[in-house]
Amino acid sequence: MKKSKSFWVFLILSALTFGVIQFLMNTGIIDDLYSNMIILMAINIMLAVSLHLVIGITGQFSIGHAGFLAVGAYVSAIVTMKLGLPFFVAILAAGIVAALAGLLVGIPTLRLRGDYLAIATLGFAEIIRIVFLNIDYVGGAAGMQVNRLTTWTWAFVCLFITILVIVNFTNSRHGRAAISIRENEIAADAMGINTTYYKVAAFALGSFFAGVAGALQAHNFYIIQPTNFGFLKSFDILIYVVLGGLGSISGSVIAAVFLTIISTYLQDYPETRMIIYSLVLVIVMLYRPKGLMGTKEITDLFKRKGGNNHDK
Amino acid sequence: MTNNPLLQVNKAGISFGGLKAVSEINMELHQGELIGLIGPNGAGKTTTFNLLTGVYTPTEGDITFDGKRLNGLKPYQVTRSGISRTFQNIRLFNELSVLDNVKVAYHSLAKHSILSSILRLPSHFAGEKEMEEKSLEFLKIFQLDKYKDEKAKNLPYGQQRRLEIARALAAGPKLLLLDEPAAGMNPQETHELMELIAFIRKQFNLTILLIEHDMPLVMGICERIYVLDHGQLIAEGTPDVIRNHPKVIEAYLGEEVAE
Repeated sequence: MKKSKSFWVFLILSALTFGVIQFLMNTGIIDDLYSNMIILMAINIMLAVSLHLVIGITGQFSIGHAGFLAVGAYVSAIVTMKLGLPFFVAILAAGIVAALAGLLVGIPTLRLRGDYLAIATLGFAEIIRIVFLNIDYVGGAAGMQVNRLTTWTWAFVCLFITILVIVNFTNSRHGRAAISIRENEIAADAMGINTTYYKVAAFALGSFFAGVAGALQAHNFYIIQPTNFGFLKSFDILIYVVLGGLGSISGSVIAAVFLTIISTYLQDYPETRMIIYSLVLVIVMLYRPKGLMGTKEITDLFKRKGGNNHDK
Repeated sequence: MTNNPLLQVNKAGISFGGLKAVSEINMELHQGELIGLIGPNGAGKTTTFNLLTGVYTPTEGDITFDGKRLNGLKPYQVTRSGISRTFQNIRLFNELSVLDNVKVAYHSLAKHSILSSILRLPSHFAGEKEMEEKSLEFLKIFQLDKYKDEKAKNLPYGQQRRLEIARALAAGPKLLLLDEPAAGMNPQETHELMELIAFIRKQFNLTILLIEHDMPLVMGICERIYVLDHGQLIAEGTPDVIRNHPKVIEAYLGEEVAE
């Protein structure tokens, strides 16, 4: 069967990527600065891909993704630092609580469309941030100290699962249902698709992985503060998705990698950092108005070269 | 006819605020009939369709389909109980392939869960395979199989209309509602469409209700016709009756001036 063949290729490539980077880290060829960048990259890819599911696949314009990131970060920090449970439990708890938050926000707001949904989700993310700002248990504005537990292995495993789950969701009747909502909600409804169910499901699934990314991010920086999760963070994630091309998961991945590298290198030039970053965005959007990948996937490129291998 | 009607509409209507868009609609559709719904622009034909498909909830009256009351059901629930439709302005899933458009309509007939798809359990593969095979069969019937990997938006206009009908049928309806299927078609395409409608009706044992402005088409294939004007039914009957019905002539051509 063709599906399982491409799965094995994906698995082997992933294992190779993991092995090579791990090897380079062990031998010190990749130093701390770069290994940090690579972990950050994995976190950003997870955020981009999870938001891609909501915006690119289901077509729901949510710009409150940092809210779920914050929920994941704080929940995981509480689990490891206050309750003293292992990191694995923290990651899982972060995902689950973020998904519940996604349900809680999604059920009332996903009946809104376009601009209204964007405003509602943005508002939600700000509420989350301000709630954490005012809870002394998690340190308020000063933030919360967290042990550094995120390793390349953790980041990679989480990233791998995120991509696998979202790709599998997308390439099934459920993914098609979600895409049909993006394409024409009225027609999707008339074809027997429970649109509310799929919008909320995609939203909760996206929130779950944003929460997991939050757990990794929290345990990567020694400290988390509410300011890390402002609406600018939401926009950063949104930019990955839009720049990569709405509806293209490989585009989201490429854009997240690309922009993480750029912003890491630009840290040496703090005065001009945001100017150059913005210029890069403007230039990309001028030359590729539909994003780096448009709606295409990287696998499409191989299909065409390989001739008829997309026939069953 | 001795058996109960497939669709019974009893004094249904809807008002938006103080405006009565349609009111006192009475209709009876029996299994296997092909019925036309005509009327001048703004008469409330599409509103009637929206009432039948759950887009609007009737503010008065009842709609019963196949023994089940439809009032207050959501559109997807109405579709699952056996009514599907096409749209006046084509609403395909443009970025999806022709095949995937039909697969979406098969959605509720497959049963594998989100979890089984994420974990790629055997039920996922079995379900997806079945959807693929059935959808391909459908495209063959509509002679669209050669376009199966084409994006829906890239099809020529006439084929898009065809695909929309194919998609509506894939949802497995007992009653098919066609909203101006011949709009924008040339006489040749209209003729092919008439043949297609007659064919699917026989093939799928369907009951069809269609809105149409093309009078030769309506008069040519419909067994009975309902005429709407200003949100109310003004006439009902066979094409011959409708053609000579004074109220219909008045609605379309205006009142005859008294001598």
